[in-house]
Amino acid sequence: MSERVKSTKNPPAGEAPKAAPEGAPDGAGGKGAGRKGASSKRAGAKDASAKSTGPQGAVKAAKASAALPALGILGMLRWAWTQLTSMRTALFLLLLLAVAAVPGSLFPQRPANPSIVTQYIKDHPDYGKLLDSVQLYDVYSSAWFSAIYILLFISLIGCVVPRAIAHYRAMRSQPPRTPQRLSRLPEYGTLVLPAEAGVPASDAIEDAAALLKKRGYRVDVRHDDGARPSLGAERGLLKEVGNLVFHTSLIGVLVSVAIGGLFGYSGQRILVEGDTFVNTLVGYDQFTPGTNFQSSQLQPYSIQLNKFRATFDRESKGKYGQPIDFTADVTTKENPGAPAKKEVLKVNDPLTLGGTSIYLTGNGYAPVVTVRDGKGNIAMQGPVVAKLQGDNYYSSLVIKVPDAKPDQLGFAGFFLPTAFVTDQGISFSGDPDLINPQLSLNSYYGDLGLDNGAPQNVFELDVKGLTPLNARNLATKGITLSPGKTVTLPDGKGSISFDGVKRYVGVDIHHNPGQVSALIFALLAVGGLVISLYVNRRRVWVRTGRHEDGRTMVEYGLLARGEDHRLAGEAAAIRGLLSSAWDLDADGPQKPSSISSPAGSAEPKKDS
Amino acid sequence: MFPINETMGQYSELFMLLAAGTYTVAFIAFAWDLAKSSKALRTVDLRAAAAAGSASDSSEDASDAGAKVPVAAGAAGTAGLSGRADAGRNTDRVEGHLAGPAGRAERPSSSVAAKAQGSGGAGQTADASMLYGGERRVPARVAVALTVLGGAIHAAGVLTRAIGSGRVPWGNMYEFLTTGAFLVVAVFLAVLIRRDLRFLGTFVVGLVIIMLVAASVAFWTPVGHLVPALQSYWLVIHVSIAVLSSALFTLTFAMSALQLVQSHRQKAIAGGGEDKLGFMRLVPSALSLENLSYRINAIAFIGWTFTLMFGAIWAEKAWGRFWGWDTKEVWTFVIWVVYAGYLHARATRGWTGTRAAWLSIVGYLCVVFNFTIVNQFFNGLHSYSGL
Repeated sequence: MSERVKSTKNPPAGEAPKAAPEGAPDGAGGKGAGRKGASSKRAGAKDASAKSTGPQGAVKAAKASAALPALGILGMLRWAWTQLTSMRTALFLLLLLAVAAVPGSLFPQRPANPSIVTQYIKDHPDYGKLLDSVQLYDVYSSAWFSAIYILLFISLIGCVVPRAIAHYRAMRSQPPRTPQRLSRLPEYGTLVLPAEAGVPASDAIEDAAALLKKRGYRVDVRHDDGARPSLGAERGLLKEVGNLVFHTSLIGVLVSVAIGGLFGYSGQRILVEGDTFVNTLVGYDQFTPGTNFQSSQLQPYSIQLNKFRATFDRESKGKYGQPIDFTADVTTKENPGAPAKKEVLKVNDPLTLGGTSIYLTGNGYAPVVTVRDGKGNIAMQGPVVAKLQGDNYYSSLVIKVPDAKPDQLGFAGFFLPTAFVTDQGISFSGDPDLINPQLSLNSYYGDLGLDNGAPQNVFELDVKGLTPLNARNLATKGITLSPGKTVTLPDGKGSISFDGVKRYVGVDIHHNPGQVSALIFALLAVGGLVISLYVNRRRVWVRTGRHEDGRTMVEYGLLARGEDHRLAGEAAAIRGLLSSAWDLDADGPQKPSSISSPAGSAEPKKDS
Repeated sequence: MFPINETMGQYSELFMLLAAGTYTVAFIAFAWDLAKSSKALRTVDLRAAAAAGSASDSSEDASDAGAKVPVAAGAAGTAGLSGRADAGRNTDRVEGHLAGPAGRAERPSSSVAAKAQGSGGAGQTADASMLYGGERRVPARVAVALTVLGGAIHAAGVLTRAIGSGRVPWGNMYEFLTTGAFLVVAVFLAVLIRRDLRFLGTFVVGLVIIMLVAASVAFWTPVGHLVPALQSYWLVIHVSIAVLSSALFTLTFAMSALQLVQSHRQKAIAGGGEDKLGFMRLVPSALSLENLSYRINAIAFIGWTFTLMFGAIWAEKAWGRFWGWDTKEVWTFVIWVVYAGYLHARATRGWTGTRAAWLSIVGYLCVVFNFTIVNQFFNGLHSYSGL
């Protein structure tokens, strides 16, 4: 019974004061500590407000508020910080982020397509402007969306940093001391070494320590005074490391995205067969610079589109005419003086030039037309890019001829690669290939409004100030042209010829200096996530003691930090290892209920 | 490029119909199993109740014991770690550990708690370990056999579709749904080898039938080549992981829904109410459902993270930017955030149990929304779903 006296001299394990980081409930870590304080304070506030609804609410509320200790500014800040970094707040912000992201898919977004937004506001005069004032067309750069994710990331930093410090300490400290009552752990078992085995308690603990070390545990043996030696072991410290890496990497991804937004740029350009693009600001049709973009960043490489080939499905009945391949043959030069290089640009297969990537994002037809003016001179000649409108390359076309004399000319209409006309007179395109190409146009004359310098959309013709020459509803009818044909405009205004059809491609050019680091951080995040979900942090304690009849009694207990559905399996594995090390029958009658506990039986009977 | 084989495509559609028919019979068998077993269990219960007197008392005792043991263990553990700190702040500690692990006592893996559950009398639930018991449930066996048969026919359907189009069978919504439904069945059957999840049968097979019918009625597309935008090995990687994760989310959706019903039933019974949902006896306790669906959701969440990441890499390759808040990207992100919230909720007091189950259900509804509404009615770069 001497052991018993000794063991009560030590404060029972269950009554030692807790160290700050370790005292948090298992599995919740640093957030748990913060949360506890926060929630109890919040509960207090709730109490006060609940009381105020009672009959003598005012008095009670006054009492409650009078009883509150003054926090002071520092105290308030501390309280706010605790609130912000609590898990509850993080969870709330996370769910709020999900909700806040949704409107961006419901309303058109400016960064994706500004003209659709303008149109949308025009189409919805009642609330279009209102939505704009709350930034619903720029959701992902809006003040409220930014506020949510910035708060979320601050909360995340406020959680990760203390946890990292706590974990660093935990990694350097020894496994926790042996609890008094191992039988209270979720996994508990005992083994008995017969007296004839001749393994004293101290040797048994060393055996167990060696086994656990081999299994990847950090082990600390506590011989104490030798009568009841024990060990504490811990493994799975990587779990928290993975967790921290995951959350830190998310910050890394955010920073990478910000770098891309600051120093990157992107632009679009339409290239008709034969055209050359030079990477300078004037070379782009549309250009979106990052916040810190400088035009000196652009390396003047060039790309010439030699030929564009589109292949359409001719086998399948169900999907006849669906595109199956787009290939652009291009000639590139790294610099104006560099040798030309033949390359192939395809969808899903970008080119890389001068630190940028070049993508094939669109294609279409560009009918080649010649317009002669009233004096018989060529006022315009060349390919005109037709904008896709519908199935099978049904495209719209606008031709502006400001150089025509005496009057400027304008044309607007459609291009059909394979023209069909229904009985109702509606024309449509029956195939994406050039089987029966046709231009149907209305013509106008007058002032195109290009001379006053105001920018105009090249794909739209403002007919307000123009006089129609040819139109479906006029006696002159609309112009219908097939390749090689020419139509003379009425009133001696000139003529238009349809010379042939070229193809064009739309290319996107992007430079994003943040994307490599974004990828690296994303990979780190996934790695951290997998580790944090699948490495289990476990603690094992073993205590041995010598029974009066010479047997050596061994008891062990396991505790998991966080959820661990394989803890029972681990307990069984350790039991198996110990049993085979001591040549015991692992399934023997060593259940806690069937034998007496190690010498000096510390457990009250009701536990067994 | 492989030539299109339309005969194969027609065979595939026939197989899909046959599979749907077989599943329907399996569904009926699963439902029959629930009804029959619930009746049998009730008679056993009544007999036991008559023998042992008040059964509800014993059930409470059992759950009490289940909760107590880990509380103590948690306290011992916590205190054990902190034993090295100075011994002066005893009162502080007592408060600390009372407020500490008690709330999560029944949460950690404790096998003690698991053993204690399911041993109650009335309001009983199936064994938490979800292992096969000794008893033979004929209708359940028939149902599983039919599901295996349906799965085999379904596999033939998916395979002939792949051969017919000469590529991976997930190039459009029809193929995504049929292949996804097959994966749901395959994962379900794979889990059935080790665990007795037959109580999920009606749910899972029912969802699969809905998926197959929706595919054939609303999303039918003939076999064909892929449009150039989809011709990338990333289609194989990105979409296969998306299908697999969605299949797993389907399973956890079923479990979370059952969890809500079960926890409602357990609460009603604990409150002295009548057991109106007798068939739920075959289903494990709400807590074990929650734990299992958490484990599956964790895998699916990793899968979804990969879906998101590979999608971003593919987007960079195809469109020149890895993230552009395209509608599909937005919803994929929303789903990711909701399930991330679910994982965090499991570690937040007051958010486990029913609330976590609701998050899992909301997440799955987002998956369904992302697949149906977003693909069809929202304009975006992903609008080449083959419709």
